[in-house]
Amino acid sequence: MFELSDQELSAILLSLKIAGWSTLLSCPPAILVGWFLARWDFTGKALIDGLIHLPLVLPPIVPGYLLLLCFGNNGLIGHWLHQQFGISFAFNWKGAVLASMVMAFPLIVRSVRLSVSAIDKGLENAARTLGADSLWVFLSITLPLAAPGILAGAVLGFSRSLGEFGATITFVGNIQSETRTLPLAIYTATQSPGGDDQAARMVMLSIVLALTALALSEMLSRKLHPKPGR
Amino acid sequence: MLDIQVSLQQGNFHLDTKLHSEVLVTGLFGPSGAGKSSLLQVIAGLVTPEQGRIVVDGELLYCSTRHINVPPHKRRIGLVFQDDQLFPHLSVRNNLLYGFRRLKVGQQKIHLDTVVDLLEIAHLLDKKPNLLSGGEKQRVGLGRALLSSPRLLLLDEPLASLDQRLKQQILPFLLRTRDELCLPMLYVSHSLEEIHYLTEHVVYIERGCVIGAECNQKS
Repeated sequence: MFELSDQELSAILLSLKIAGWSTLLSCPPAILVGWFLARWDFTGKALIDGLIHLPLVLPPIVPGYLLLLCFGNNGLIGHWLHQQFGISFAFNWKGAVLASMVMAFPLIVRSVRLSVSAIDKGLENAARTLGADSLWVFLSITLPLAAPGILAGAVLGFSRSLGEFGATITFVGNIQSETRTLPLAIYTATQSPGGDDQAARMVMLSIVLALTALALSEMLSRKLHPKPGR
Repeated sequence: MLDIQVSLQQGNFHLDTKLHSEVLVTGLFGPSGAGKSSLLQVIAGLVTPEQGRIVVDGELLYCSTRHINVPPHKRRIGLVFQDDQLFPHLSVRNNLLYGFRRLKVGQQKIHLDTVVDLLEIAHLLDKKPNLLSGGEKQRVGLGRALLSSPRLLLLDEPLASLDQRLKQQILPFLLRTRDELCLPMLYVSHSLEEIHYLTEHVVYIERGCVIGAECNQKS
Protein backbone atom coordinates (compact mmCIF):
# COMPACT_ATOMS: atom_id res chain seq x y z
CA MET A 1 0.00 0.00 0.00
CA PHE A 2 2.87 2.34 0.78
CA GLU A 3 4.89 1.89 -2.40
CA LEU A 4 5.65 5.45 -3.45
CA SER A 5 5.38 6.33 -7.10
CA ASP A 6 8.17 8.36 -8.67
CA GLN A 7 5.89 11.37 -8.82
CA GLU A 8 5.07 11.16 -5.13
CA LEU A 9 8.69 10.66 -4.16
CA SER A 10 9.71 13.63 -6.26
CA ALA A 11 7.00 15.78 -4.65
CA ILE A 12 8.23 14.87 -1.15
CA LEU A 13 11.90 15.44 -1.91
CA LEU A 14 11.10 18.71 -3.63
CA SER A 15 8.99 19.84 -0.66
CA LEU A 16 11.80 19.06 1.77
CA LYS A 17 14.38 20.77 -0.41
CA ILE A 18 12.29 23.92 -0.81
CA ALA A 19 11.23 24.09 2.83
CA GLY A 20 14.81 23.46 3.98
CA TRP A 21 16.31 26.21 1.86
CA SER A 22 13.47 28.56 2.72
CA THR A 23 14.01 28.07 6.46
CA LEU A 24 17.78 28.26 6.20
CA LEU A 25 17.72 31.48 4.20
CA SER A 26 14.91 33.11 6.22
CA CYS A 27 16.44 32.54 9.65
CA PRO A 28 19.43 34.92 9.62
CA PRO A 29 17.46 37.99 8.45
CA ALA A 30 14.48 37.01 10.62
CA ILE A 31 16.72 36.80 13.70
CA LEU A 32 18.14 40.26 13.00
CA VAL A 33 14.72 41.79 12.31
CA GLY A 34 13.14 40.10 15.35
CA TRP A 35 15.96 41.30 17.57
CA PHE A 36 15.73 44.79 16.11
CA LEU A 37 11.97 45.01 16.68
CA ALA A 38 12.34 43.72 20.24
CA ARG A 39 15.19 45.98 21.30
CA TRP A 40 14.81 49.26 19.39
CA ASP A 41 12.17 51.92 19.22
CA PHE A 42 12.05 54.23 16.23
CA THR A 43 9.51 56.26 14.32
CA GLY A 44 7.76 54.21 11.69
CA LYS A 45 8.22 51.00 13.69
CA ALA A 46 4.50 50.21 13.47
CA LEU A 47 4.63 50.54 9.68
CA ILE A 48 7.66 48.25 9.34
CA ASP A 49 6.04 45.82 11.75
CA GLY A 50 2.85 45.84 9.70
CA LEU A 51 4.66 45.32 6.40
CA ILE A 52 6.57 42.33 7.78
CA HIS A 53 3.39 40.73 9.08
CA LEU A 54 1.37 41.43 5.95
CA PRO A 55 1.91 37.97 4.37
CA LEU A 56 0.31 36.42 7.47
CA VAL A 57 -3.00 38.21 6.98
CA LEU A 58 -3.17 38.56 3.20
CA PRO A 59 -4.61 35.85 0.98
CA PRO A 60 -1.41 34.01 -0.14
CA ILE A 61 -2.30 34.70 -3.75
CA VAL A 62 -1.54 38.40 -3.18
CA PRO A 63 2.14 38.00 -2.19
CA GLY A 64 2.38 35.39 -4.95
CA TYR A 65 1.13 37.83 -7.54
CA LEU A 66 3.34 40.62 -6.22
CA LEU A 67 6.33 38.29 -6.44
CA LEU A 68 5.39 37.55 -10.04
CA LEU A 69 5.29 41.27 -10.77
CA CYS A 70 8.65 41.96 -9.10
CA PHE A 71 10.66 38.78 -9.62
CA GLY A 72 9.17 37.35 -12.79
CA ASN A 73 11.48 37.44 -15.81
CA ASN A 74 9.72 40.58 -16.97
CA GLY A 75 9.41 41.98 -13.46
CA LEU A 76 11.43 44.96 -12.25
CA ILE A 77 13.92 43.09 -10.07
CA GLY A 78 13.63 39.76 -11.88
CA HIS A 79 14.57 41.29 -15.23
CA TRP A 80 17.62 42.99 -13.76
CA LEU A 81 18.76 39.84 -11.91
CA HIS A 82 18.38 37.82 -15.09
CA GLN A 83 20.35 40.33 -17.17
CA GLN A 84 23.13 40.90 -14.64
CA PHE A 85 23.61 37.53 -12.99
CA GLY A 86 21.58 35.10 -15.06
CA ILE A 87 19.47 34.29 -11.99
CA SER A 88 15.88 33.49 -12.71
CA PHE A 89 13.07 32.79 -10.26
CA ALA A 90 10.39 32.27 -12.85
CA PHE A 91 8.72 28.85 -12.80
CA ASN A 92 11.54 26.99 -11.07
CA TRP A 93 12.24 25.67 -7.57
CA LYS A 94 14.24 28.76 -6.58
CA GLY A 95 11.10 30.82 -7.10
CA ALA A 96 9.23 28.38 -4.88
CA VAL A 97 11.89 28.92 -2.19
CA LEU A 98 11.39 32.69 -2.49
CA ALA A 99 7.62 32.35 -2.20
CA SER A 100 7.99 30.11 0.88
CA MET A 101 10.44 32.53 2.45
CA VAL A 102 8.04 35.45 2.12
CA MET A 103 5.28 33.43 3.78
CA ALA A 104 7.47 31.91 6.55
CA PHE A 105 9.46 35.04 7.39
CA PRO A 106 6.84 36.77 9.61
CA LEU A 107 6.34 33.61 11.66
CA ILE A 108 10.04 33.33 12.43
CA VAL A 109 10.31 37.07 13.16
CA ARG A 110 7.40 36.85 15.64
CA SER A 111 8.91 33.95 17.48
CA VAL A 112 12.38 35.51 17.68
CA ARG A 113 10.95 38.84 18.77
CA LEU A 114 8.97 37.29 21.62
CA SER A 115 11.92 35.33 22.93
CA VAL A 116 14.30 38.30 22.71
CA SER A 117 11.77 40.52 24.53
CA ALA A 118 11.66 37.94 27.31
CA ILE A 119 15.41 38.22 27.94
CA ASP A 120 16.21 40.45 30.90
CA LYS A 121 18.03 43.53 29.62
CA GLY A 122 19.97 43.47 32.86
CA LEU A 123 21.86 40.42 31.59
CA GLU A 124 22.93 42.29 28.48
CA ASN A 125 23.90 45.29 30.61
CA ALA A 126 25.90 43.04 32.91
CA ALA A 127 27.78 41.70 29.89
CA ARG A 128 28.53 45.24 28.74
CA THR A 129 30.03 46.22 32.09
CA LEU A 130 32.18 43.08 31.84
CA GLY A 131 33.80 44.38 28.66
CA ALA A 132 31.62 42.89 25.91
CA ASP A 133 30.90 45.10 22.91
CA SER A 134 27.44 45.08 21.30
CA LEU A 135 28.27 42.32 18.82
CA TRP A 136 29.69 40.02 21.49
CA VAL A 137 26.72 40.71 23.81
CA PHE A 138 24.44 39.65 20.97
CA LEU A 139 26.44 36.52 20.13
CA SER A 140 27.24 35.34 23.66
CA ILE A 141 24.13 36.36 25.60
CA THR A 142 21.14 37.29 23.44
CA LEU A 143 21.48 34.60 20.78
CA PRO A 144 21.95 31.59 23.08
CA LEU A 145 19.18 32.74 25.42
CA ALA A 146 16.83 33.26 22.48
CA ALA A 147 17.79 29.92 20.92
CA PRO A 148 14.63 28.03 21.97
CA GLY A 149 12.49 30.80 20.44
CA ILE A 150 14.59 30.85 17.28
CA LEU A 151 14.27 27.09 17.01
CA ALA A 152 10.52 27.23 17.53
CA GLY A 153 10.34 29.93 14.85
CA ALA A 154 12.43 27.85 12.46
CA VAL A 155 10.12 24.85 12.93
CA LEU A 156 7.07 27.02 12.37
CA GLY A 157 8.68 28.48 9.27
CA PHE A 158 9.66 25.04 7.99
CA SER A 159 6.13 23.73 8.49
CA ARG A 160 4.69 26.83 6.84
CA SER A 161 7.02 26.31 3.89
CA LEU A 162 6.05 22.64 3.63
CA GLY A 163 2.41 23.69 3.47
CA GLU A 164 2.90 26.65 1.14
CA PHE A 165 0.36 26.53 -1.67
CA GLY A 166 -1.22 29.81 -2.79
CA ALA A 167 1.84 32.01 -3.26
CA THR A 168 3.78 29.17 -4.87
CA ILE A 169 1.19 28.20 -7.46
CA THR A 170 0.62 31.85 -8.35
CA PHE A 171 4.31 32.73 -8.66
CA VAL A 172 5.93 29.62 -10.10
CA GLY A 173 3.02 27.45 -11.22
CA ASN A 174 2.56 23.71 -10.82
CA ILE A 175 5.31 21.99 -12.77
CA GLN A 176 6.14 18.33 -12.19
CA SER A 177 9.61 17.86 -10.59
CA GLU A 178 10.26 21.61 -10.53
CA THR A 179 7.62 23.37 -8.44
CA ARG A 180 5.07 20.63 -7.68
CA THR A 181 5.53 20.27 -3.94
CA LEU A 182 3.47 17.93 -1.77
CA PRO A 183 0.46 20.28 -1.37
CA LEU A 184 0.44 21.01 -5.09
CA ALA A 185 0.70 17.30 -5.88
CA ILE A 186 -2.26 16.61 -3.57
CA TYR A 187 -4.20 19.35 -5.31
CA THR A 188 -3.33 17.89 -8.69
CA ALA A 189 -4.38 14.41 -7.57
CA THR A 190 -7.74 15.64 -6.31
CA GLN A 191 -8.33 17.33 -9.64
CA SER A 192 -7.66 14.22 -11.74
CA PRO A 193 -10.22 11.43 -12.12
CA GLY A 194 -9.38 8.40 -9.96
CA GLY A 195 -6.74 10.34 -8.03
CA ASP A 196 -8.42 9.92 -4.65
CA ASP A 197 -6.19 7.06 -3.49
CA GLN A 198 -3.08 8.96 -4.42
CA ALA A 199 -4.36 12.07 -2.69
CA ALA A 200 -5.15 10.12 0.48
CA ARG A 201 -1.66 8.58 0.53
CA MET A 202 0.00 11.97 0.19
CA VAL A 203 -2.24 13.47 2.86
CA MET A 204 -1.02 10.73 5.21
CA LEU A 205 2.56 11.50 4.20
CA SER A 206 2.02 15.19 4.94
CA ILE A 207 0.81 14.37 8.43
CA VAL A 208 3.78 12.07 9.08
CA LEU A 209 6.19 14.71 7.80
CA ALA A 210 4.68 17.45 9.97
CA LEU A 211 4.66 15.25 13.09
CA THR A 212 8.29 14.29 12.50
CA ALA A 213 9.29 17.94 12.25
CA LEU A 214 7.48 18.70 15.51
CA ALA A 215 9.05 15.73 17.31
CA LEU A 216 12.52 16.71 16.11
CA SER A 217 12.10 20.26 17.33
CA GLU A 218 10.85 19.04 20.68
CA MET A 219 13.95 16.86 21.07
CA LEU A 220 16.25 19.70 20.05
CA SER A 221 14.68 22.17 22.45
CA ARG A 222 15.05 19.69 25.31
CA LYS A 223 18.71 19.38 24.48
CA LEU A 224 19.09 23.16 24.38
CA HIS A 225 17.25 23.82 27.60
CA PRO A 226 17.26 20.91 29.98
CA LYS A 227 14.68 21.26 32.74
CA PRO A 228 16.13 23.05 35.78
CA GLY A 229 16.99 21.00 38.80
CA ARG A 230 18.49 18.06 36.96
CA MET B 1 39.98 58.91 42.54
CA LEU B 2 36.31 59.60 41.98
CA ASP B 3 35.00 62.90 40.68
CA ILE B 4 31.46 62.96 39.43
CA GLN B 5 29.09 65.72 38.54
CA VAL B 6 26.08 64.71 36.49
CA SER B 7 22.50 65.66 35.85
CA LEU B 8 19.92 63.39 34.30
CA GLN B 9 16.20 63.64 33.67
CA GLN B 10 14.27 60.37 33.57
CA GLY B 11 10.52 60.95 33.38
CA ASN B 12 9.61 62.83 36.55
CA PHE B 13 12.84 61.92 38.25
CA HIS B 14 15.70 64.36 38.27
CA LEU B 15 19.19 63.35 39.23
CA ASP B 16 21.59 66.16 39.97
CA THR B 17 24.59 64.87 41.80
CA LYS B 18 28.07 65.96 42.75
CA LEU B 19 30.29 63.35 44.26
CA HIS B 20 33.94 63.54 45.09
CA SER B 21 35.92 60.91 46.89
CA GLU B 22 39.55 60.12 47.58
CA VAL B 23 39.04 57.14 49.85
CA LEU B 24 39.05 53.44 48.90
CA VAL B 25 35.46 52.67 49.81
CA THR B 26 32.68 55.20 49.57
CA GLY B 27 29.24 54.42 50.91
CA LEU B 28 26.20 55.83 49.17
CA PHE B 29 23.20 55.96 51.45
CA GLY B 30 19.63 57.00 50.79
CA PRO B 31 16.04 55.82 50.77
CA SER B 32 14.53 53.78 47.92
CA GLY B 33 13.97 55.88 44.84
CA ALA B 34 16.64 58.40 45.80
CA GLY B 35 18.50 57.77 42.56
CA LYS B 36 21.29 55.58 43.90
CA SER B 37 20.90 52.90 41.24
CA SER B 38 20.52 55.49 38.49
CA LEU B 39 23.75 57.11 39.58
CA LEU B 40 25.58 53.76 39.38
CA GLN B 41 24.14 53.12 35.92
CA VAL B 42 25.38 56.54 34.84
CA ILE B 43 28.86 55.86 36.20
CA ALA B 44 28.97 52.44 34.51
CA GLY B 45 27.93 54.06 31.23
CA LEU B 46 24.65 52.15 30.87
CA VAL B 47 22.68 55.40 31.06
CA THR B 48 23.92 58.60 29.46
CA PRO B 49 23.36 61.76 31.50
CA GLU B 50 22.27 65.06 29.94
CA GLN B 51 25.32 66.87 31.16
CA GLY B 52 28.23 66.74 33.51
CA ARG B 53 31.52 64.93 33.79
CA ILE B 54 32.73 61.66 35.23
CA VAL B 55 36.34 61.09 36.19
CA VAL B 56 37.41 57.76 37.63
CA ASP B 57 40.97 57.04 38.66
CA GLY B 58 42.23 60.06 36.72
CA GLU B 59 40.56 59.11 33.45
CA LEU B 60 37.80 61.21 31.93
CA LEU B 61 34.96 58.80 31.06
CA TYR B 62 32.24 61.28 30.29
CA CYS B 63 32.24 64.99 29.57
CA SER B 64 29.27 66.72 28.01
CA THR B 65 31.16 69.86 27.02
CA ARG B 66 33.96 67.93 25.28
CA HIS B 67 31.59 65.29 23.86
CA ILE B 68 33.41 62.42 25.47
CA ASN B 69 31.40 59.32 26.31
CA VAL B 70 33.38 56.12 26.78
CA PRO B 71 31.08 53.13 26.10
CA PRO B 72 30.44 50.79 29.06
CA HIS B 73 32.54 47.93 27.73
CA LYS B 74 35.61 50.16 27.64
CA ARG B 75 35.14 51.81 31.05
CA ARG B 76 36.38 48.86 33.08
CA ILE B 77 33.96 49.55 35.87
CA GLY B 78 32.60 46.46 37.61
CA LEU B 79 28.98 46.38 38.67
CA VAL B 80 27.50 43.98 41.20
CA PHE B 81 23.74 43.89 40.89
CA GLN B 82 21.04 43.64 43.51
CA ASP B 83 19.66 40.59 41.69
CA ASP B 84 22.85 38.76 40.76
CA GLN B 85 22.23 38.82 36.93
CA LEU B 86 24.27 35.68 36.38
CA PHE B 87 24.10 34.32 32.85
CA PRO B 88 21.72 31.35 33.15
CA HIS B 89 23.11 29.46 30.15
CA LEU B 90 26.71 29.47 31.38
CA SER B 91 28.32 27.49 34.17
CA VAL B 92 29.62 29.32 37.22
CA ARG B 93 33.15 28.99 35.84
CA ASN B 94 32.18 30.57 32.51
CA ASN B 95 30.21 33.27 34.30
CA LEU B 96 33.29 34.11 36.36
CA LEU B 97 35.55 34.15 33.32
CA TYR B 98 33.18 36.10 31.06
CA GLY B 99 34.87 39.45 31.66
CA PHE B 100 38.32 37.99 32.34
CA ARG B 101 38.50 36.47 28.85
CA ARG B 102 37.79 39.84 27.26
CA LEU B 103 40.87 41.38 28.88
CA LYS B 104 44.30 41.64 27.33
CA VAL B 105 46.87 39.56 29.18
CA GLY B 106 48.48 42.66 30.69
CA GLN B 107 45.13 43.80 32.07
CA GLN B 108 44.38 40.54 33.86
CA LYS B 109 45.29 41.65 37.34
CA ILE B 110 42.94 39.44 39.33
CA HIS B 111 42.95 35.72 38.59
CA LEU B 112 40.43 32.91 38.92
CA ASP B 113 42.30 31.10 41.72
CA THR B 114 42.49 34.28 43.80
CA VAL B 115 38.77 34.94 43.49
CA VAL B 116 37.77 31.32 44.04
CA ASP B 117 39.82 31.21 47.25
CA LEU B 118 38.67 34.62 48.42
CA LEU B 119 34.98 33.88 47.98
CA GLU B 120 35.19 30.13 48.72
CA ILE B 121 33.32 29.06 45.61
CA ALA B 122 35.56 26.24 44.33
CA HIS B 123 32.81 23.65 44.81
CA LEU B 124 30.39 25.62 42.63
CA LEU B 125 32.51 26.04 39.50
CA ASP B 126 30.82 23.42 37.33
CA LYS B 127 27.25 24.14 38.41
CA LYS B 128 24.67 26.17 36.54
CA PRO B 129 23.53 29.37 38.34
CA ASN B 130 19.96 28.09 38.84
CA LEU B 131 21.28 25.46 41.26
CA LEU B 132 22.91 28.06 43.54
CA SER B 133 21.49 29.57 46.72
CA GLY B 134 20.97 33.33 46.99
CA GLY B 135 24.19 33.88 48.92
CA GLU B 136 26.20 31.74 46.52
CA LYS B 137 24.81 33.64 43.54
CA GLN B 138 25.86 36.96 45.07
CA ARG B 139 29.36 35.65 45.72
CA VAL B 140 29.65 34.48 42.11
CA GLY B 141 28.28 37.83 40.90
CA LEU B 142 30.91 39.61 42.98
CA GLY B 143 33.62 37.27 41.71
CA ARG B 144 32.59 37.80 38.10
CA ALA B 145 32.90 41.57 38.50
CA LEU B 146 36.26 41.23 40.29
CA LEU B 147 37.68 39.03 37.54
CA SER B 148 37.07 41.75 34.96
CA SER B 149 39.87 43.59 36.86
CA PRO B 150 37.88 46.80 37.19
CA ARG B 151 39.41 50.06 38.31
CA LEU B 152 36.26 50.78 40.28
CA LEU B 153 33.71 48.37 41.70
CA LEU B 154 30.11 49.52 41.99
CA LEU B 155 27.94 47.54 44.37
CA ASP B 156 24.23 48.13 43.98
CA GLU B 157 22.68 46.90 47.23
CA PRO B 158 24.34 43.50 46.80
CA LEU B 159 22.82 42.22 50.05
CA ALA B 160 19.29 43.58 49.66
CA SER B 161 17.80 40.31 48.46
CA LEU B 162 19.43 38.24 51.20
CA ASP B 163 18.15 37.47 54.69
CA GLN B 164 19.97 38.59 57.84
CA ARG B 165 21.89 35.36 58.29
CA LEU B 166 23.20 35.41 54.71
CA LYS B 167 24.13 39.08 55.00
CA GLN B 168 26.35 38.21 57.93
CA GLN B 169 27.98 35.57 55.75
CA ILE B 170 28.65 37.83 52.77
CA LEU B 171 29.87 40.93 54.57
CA PRO B 172 33.19 39.34 55.60
CA PHE B 173 33.81 38.49 51.93
CA LEU B 174 33.32 42.13 50.99
CA LEU B 175 35.70 43.12 53.75
CA ARG B 176 38.29 40.66 52.48
CA THR B 177 37.84 41.94 48.93
CA ARG B 178 38.48 45.46 50.15
CA ASP B 179 41.56 44.54 52.16
CA GLU B 180 43.20 41.99 49.88
CA LEU B 181 42.57 43.50 46.45
CA CYS B 182 42.74 47.19 47.37
CA LEU B 183 39.99 47.93 44.89
CA PRO B 184 38.14 51.24 44.99
CA MET B 185 34.44 50.65 45.67
CA LEU B 186 31.25 52.61 45.65
CA TYR B 187 28.84 50.79 47.92
CA VAL B 188 25.15 51.59 47.64
CA SER B 189 22.76 50.60 50.39
CA HIS B 190 19.76 51.75 52.34
CA SER B 191 21.30 50.23 55.45
CA LEU B 192 23.81 52.42 57.27
CA GLU B 193 24.86 49.45 59.34
CA GLU B 194 26.10 47.64 56.24
CA ILE B 195 27.91 50.70 54.95
CA HIS B 196 29.62 51.38 58.26
CA TYR B 197 30.87 47.83 58.31
CA LEU B 198 32.93 48.63 55.20
CA THR B 199 33.69 52.32 55.38
CA GLU B 200 33.53 55.51 57.41
CA HIS B 201 33.02 57.64 54.35
CA VAL B 202 29.30 58.00 53.61
CA VAL B 203 27.54 60.18 51.09
CA TYR B 204 23.84 60.85 51.68
CA ILE B 205 21.57 61.10 48.68
CA GLU B 206 17.89 61.99 48.55
CA ARG B 207 15.57 62.72 45.63
CA GLY B 208 18.47 62.73 43.19
CA CYS B 209 20.65 65.16 45.15
CA VAL B 210 23.59 64.71 47.46
CA ILE B 211 22.48 66.21 50.78
CA GLY B 212 25.54 65.59 52.86
CA ALA B 213 28.66 63.59 53.51
CA GLU B 214 30.27 62.17 56.58
CA CYS B 215 33.87 61.19 56.91
CA ASN B 216 35.04 59.86 60.26
CA GLN B 217 38.55 58.88 59.43
CA LYS B 218 39.84 56.46 62.00
CA SER B 219 43.17 57.67 63.26
